Amino acid sequence: MEKPRIVIERRRGLGRYQFSELVRYRDLLYFMVLRDITVLYKQSVLGLAWAFINPIVSVLIFSVVFGTLAGVPSDGIPYPIFSCAAILPWNYFANTLNASGTSLITNTSIFTKVYFPRLIIPLVPVFSKFVDLLISFLLLVALMFYYECYPTVKLLALPVLVLLMMMATAGLGMWLSALAIQYRDVKFGLTFVVPLMMYAAPVVFPASLILEKFGEIFFYAYHLYPMVGVIEGFRAAVIPQQVFVWPAIAMSGCGAAALFTIGLMVFRKLESRFADVA
Amino acid sequence: MTSDVAIKVTGLSKAYRIGLKESQHDTLGSAIASWIKSPIKNYQRVKRLADVRETDTDPDTFWALRNIEFDVKEGEVLGIIGKNGAGKSTLLKVLSRITEPTRGRVEICGRVASLLEVGTGFNPELTGRENVYLNGAILGMRKRELDVKFDNIVAFSGVEKFIDTPVKRYSSGMKVRLAFAVAAHLDPEILIIDEVLAVGDAEFQRKCLGKMHELSAGGGRTVLFVSHDMTAIQGLTSRCLYLHNGSLVAQGETSSIVSTYLADYSDAEFTGHFNLDMANRRGDGTVMIEGVSFCDVNGNAMTTIRSGEPVRLHIKMKSAVKINPQSLQLDMRIMNSMRHAVGTLSTRFDKDFYLISGLPANCLACEIPSLPLAEDDYSIDFWLNYNNGLSDSISEGVRFRVSGADFFQTGQMPVATKHGNVIFTHSWKSS
Repeated sequence: MEKPRIVIERRRGLGRYQFSELVRYRDLLYFMVLRDITVLYKQSVLGLAWAFINPIVSVLIFSVVFGTLAGVPSDGIPYPIFSCAAILPWNYFANTLNASGTSLITNTSIFTKVYFPRLIIPLVPVFSKFVDLLISFLLLVALMFYYECYPTVKLLALPVLVLLMMMATAGLGMWLSALAIQYRDVKFGLTFVVPLMMYAAPVVFPASLILEKFGEIFFYAYHLYPMVGVIEGFRAAVIPQQVFVWPAIAMSGCGAAALFTIGLMVFRKLESRFADVA
Repeated sequence: MTSDVAIKVTGLSKAYRIGLKESQHDTLGSAIASWIKSPIKNYQRVKRLADVRETDTDPDTFWALRNIEFDVKEGEVLGIIGKNGAGKSTLLKVLSRITEPTRGRVEICGRVASLLEVGTGFNPELTGRENVYLNGAILGMRKRELDVKFDNIVAFSGVEKFIDTPVKRYSSGMKVRLAFAVAAHLDPEILIIDEVLAVGDAEFQRKCLGKMHELSAGGGRTVLFVSHDMTAIQGLTSRCLYLHNGSLVAQGETSSIVSTYLADYSDAEFTGHFNLDMANRRGDGTVMIEGVSFCDVNGNAMTTIRSGEPVRLHIKMKSAVKINPQSLQLDMRIMNSMRHAVGTLSTRFDKDFYLISGLPANCLACEIPSLPLAEDDYSIDFWLNYNNGLSDSISEGVRFRVSGADFFQTGQMPVATKHGNVIFTHSWKSS
């Protein structure tokens, strides 16, 4: 068997990322994802039910506060399903970002003792939180049948939207985790910036409101925020009368790709010092 | 790099930023005020942590490794020794790619597994089985590999019965066994080990040492092994590196390097510390201890106390009355670093003491012909009775360090944590 040869030196610039190494360590990613999922609901009475309770309560509150009391428009769609289709991807984004952003801090004791591609650490929540999304998706399915939004061929767009959502989240997660290990401020910032970001995304209101108030150019620029395209796409996928605005979703795709690239580059640049600053 | 060299290290240096010292604040108010005032200062300080240049001479730069050069041949078992802070762990961290060198280069030929700690990533909520897989994956094993080795790992650990119990219910010994069992089944070409043998009970340590022998002798594996345990180093390695303050001071055949190291090590600084303030004293104060000193046979104060050396303890006392030695009784209980009593020196234990007359009334000397203590930190509790009443007592009145020495003239240095604190002078014969 050919023995691998490794050269350890101070790295200058970004160098070439060893994706082959990441592939070789895929089992570690798998076991760490499995760990997160197993540990999350251990010793809790309701267990997996928490994956439902959270979005149910959000849908209820949003429907009452924004749908009924404030009368926020929802493109003529019943507010519960309108908000549920947005809350699911949003909760994924918010939960993953919180976990991923602080992932290097919580796993310090591991990566300062053993070598493995550090990139795995912020990527673990990207996959483990997806399980929560899958479970809570049942809630959306229930609402779809309740409001007679029967599944159409449009559902087939979901994998693309999920990929977009994961790319954007992973990009931000890598970026923030790399900064947070040196500047713990990021950890504190996350706790209030993430909820604020929800109001910047069309979670409680439709993106059509932006088109109406600020015009077409801003509408497309707005879609550079990847979660805009993801949320609007989720709505269009499950609600028959909503249509995909593909050019807008493509803008979000660009935003997600950019975030992912920047996140990866920042992580790569700072990676070599994690063990020294942790 | 020639084909039989597994690791080639050239000009390796590693610098760290130190001096991230927070200023102390007495009140919450002043802490908050300075915190608000100085985010920019904080930012610069934290930013500096990661900013080490290759030719850094700033006072807050600490060179943990300086210009290290060595080769390790394939199949060689190399020991690395040195005092705490000599750079051993940093060297292992660089070799196992946890941290990047500041200067220099390492070439490694072969798959590396490093064990800087056993049980890295163990999660208390997960069962033993789940942790074996997680820990194995962290150490670089594939799922397939773990499936095959799982039964052997569990058998080696001896915790079969509890393998599906969450690890938080394990005793600490069981945890270590399981963790080491995973590590012992790593199958790399190069194995880097840092003091992991310091954990676990004696029987388990023997098992691990056996496993390591098997690894290095049988499979032609290259092993790098850091330890403070000279017995393990001598038993396992053929060649040794000796690090001191980040530099490689010597390398060569293990036995000669170990004796160099032991000779240097015995010159460790004496850290005698006297704590005779009033706060922790009781007694009526008729006669009080004023000072304690460690002297050699010639009466000169000692700077270093070594195992096996003759020691004379001088105890100075003061009193308003003229001290009559016949009414005096002094107990000195020696405690090890774990605060366990090791032994007591008492005037009552010396049948000749109360026969002495003409003793300088305010000074006692206690003679120990050959200090039977292994390397450790010790403290002494004093009880001084005068006329059958407690006159003075001091808890941890003196702290001192005993440095290890080649007590038996065999190169085998007794280690307190492993062999116990007391060193017996003894001999063996066949009978």
